[in-house]
Amino acid sequence: MFKLKSRFRGTELQKAVISVVIGLLLGTFLMLLYGYHPIEAYKALFQGAFSDLYSFAESLANATPLILTALTFAIGLRGGMFNIGAEGQVYIGALTAVFVTTLHLPAGLDFAISIILAAVFGALWALVPAILKITRGVHEVISTIMFNWIATYLAFFMIAKVLVDPARAEKTISIAKSSRFPLLVPGTSASYGIFVAVFAAFLIYVLLWRTVLGFHIRVAGYNPKAAQYAGIERQKVVLWTFLIGGITAGLAGAVHVMGRPPTYAIYSGMPAITGLGFSGLAVSMIGRNHPIGIILAGIFFGGLLAGGRMMQISARVPFELVNMLMGLIVIFLAVPPEKLLAVGKKVVEVILPRKTLKGGGK
Amino acid sequence: MTNSYIWAIFSGALQAMVPITLAATGEVITESAGLFNIGLEGILLISALTGALGAELGGPLVGFLIGFATGFGIGLLFGLIATYFMGNQLITGVGINLFALGLVAFWLIHLGVPGHHAVPREAQVIDIPTPWGGISPMIFVALLLPFLAYRLLFKTKLGLKIRAVGETPHAADVAGINVNLLRLFAAAFGASLAGVGGAYLSIDWIGSVTKEISAGRGFIALATVVFSGLNPLLVLLGGFIFGLFDYLAVWISTLPNIRGIIPWQFVAMLPYVITLGTLLVVTLFKRARFPSALGKPYQRE
Repeated sequence: MFKLKSRFRGTELQKAVISVVIGLLLGTFLMLLYGYHPIEAYKALFQGAFSDLYSFAESLANATPLILTALTFAIGLRGGMFNIGAEGQVYIGALTAVFVTTLHLPAGLDFAISIILAAVFGALWALVPAILKITRGVHEVISTIMFNWIATYLAFFMIAKVLVDPARAEKTISIAKSSRFPLLVPGTSASYGIFVAVFAAFLIYVLLWRTVLGFHIRVAGYNPKAAQYAGIERQKVVLWTFLIGGITAGLAGAVHVMGRPPTYAIYSGMPAITGLGFSGLAVSMIGRNHPIGIILAGIFFGGLLAGGRMMQISARVPFELVNMLMGLIVIFLAVPPEKLLAVGKKVVEVILPRKTLKGGGK
Repeated sequence: MTNSYIWAIFSGALQAMVPITLAATGEVITESAGLFNIGLEGILLISALTGALGAELGGPLVGFLIGFATGFGIGLLFGLIATYFMGNQLITGVGINLFALGLVAFWLIHLGVPGHHAVPREAQVIDIPTPWGGISPMIFVALLLPFLAYRLLFKTKLGLKIRAVGETPHAADVAGINVNLLRLFAAAFGASLAGVGGAYLSIDWIGSVTKEISAGRGFIALATVVFSGLNPLLVLLGGFIFGLFDYLAVWISTLPNIRGIIPWQFVAMLPYVITLGTLLVVTLFKRARFPSALGKPYQRE
């Protein structure tokens, strides 16, 4: 436990906090630009996220798939890969869960089969970009994005033609009752699915820091040349990081659709699922690509998503602001924090003449 | 009958190649200088909206200028982070894409109709009439631009400098070139071309702005750059191939006798499948060599 703590250190936390603060400040500026009231908006945002049990449960519900897709990106990045294919793999996982329901398997078995197949198909969807990378050197950014788009249209087809609810054409059939995750807090959207996410984060932690494969992944990501000299097979690292990433992303889709009341189904156009993969990328970044950090960042971000609804209702600021904030935070996470601090200092020096600084400060 | 089909496909492919070619040509310049901007998708998206709003104020030319300026601004931000701030370029690019998705959706709601903004006819580009049908003047820009970029990169001193800061920034620095400044402007100019491509999407080709107007074309442009091996002339070929399939997907799905057999969703996958397939074929023949300092921030020792 002690060692576990030592690896998600203060500097990493600082970096995350600095970027979040800058993101929120720029968000304030943008809201003013568009004529909204930033203080009211942020108040509603945080009230809707963390003010009581109900809102916290909603935040947890939103955090669940994000933690899983963040793990997809994190394990890729730990291995030196920029795997942004979680988005498509989530669709595949969600489709798989609904598909298993159509098979009418015995209760109990259907739940297990849904979870297992979603993980398997998620991994298979990640396999092709991995093979392209290993055999032909096709950059994973391009191949995974192309696979996301292919998954999008595959999902549109499956939702409209194969899995459609005969009674309601705008959605797929609902997951069978026996395949649903029980609710953690009755009356909210939070289900036991959150434990799948936390457990997956724990397993990935163990994998990365307690196994030989994890060591190889980290070395390959940290210093590819050293990894090569040490005889670490890059192909193996690519393959495993993609497969494991595909598993967690596939699970994200399945857990989301199997644990999300009230309909437990996918709507046409996938409004609730679109973006889970890319948001996970932001969560991974804010969590500094560390499983523990990812759980925290996932809850923070799940909170923003839950609070965003409240903000839209009570402060009339469009929900999309949350996505803008996310992008801004990610942009600033790309910058080393010491550079940000140095620039911040300079800006202060330029704005406030030296004399006032000395006079006021000392 | 067949002739009009061929013309429809040919001109449609040319239309579809414009945004891909513009963005890819810009990215070739950026990558030649050693920066890897994967935020093209976001730039296309944002400048599609700003370009449309600009065109509504002062006509299509203003729209393109605003698109250019939008790309320039985002490219400058990206370039600053990638050079002086020594930030991670891939993450910055992803951040730009995420921000763009949020911003455009947010802005569209702000403009009134969520998810959709129609560009009035008077703000749209007027097609050049030909005996077979109208075509956009931007097609000629897209056809010409790669040649200009080729001249710039391989026949001018500035081009040599750009390639030098991409290949061996240390040597370029010793030779008295301001590495970071040149990279910054290469990134800003490269992104500007994507900005023009974005404006083209809304005020010329499609005639409206939606949240999904870029539809992965920024990434198809990135694939085109890989295809080209940083040779702008090959961008032209790649842009045409990808444009052709981008358009074919739309065209096939409107054919009544095909619609019954193949669901439209599978036809819509075509551009993305072809992009991957083409990359695969290209890498079978040769592996393009990219600048050795690509994607790495330059630091004096």
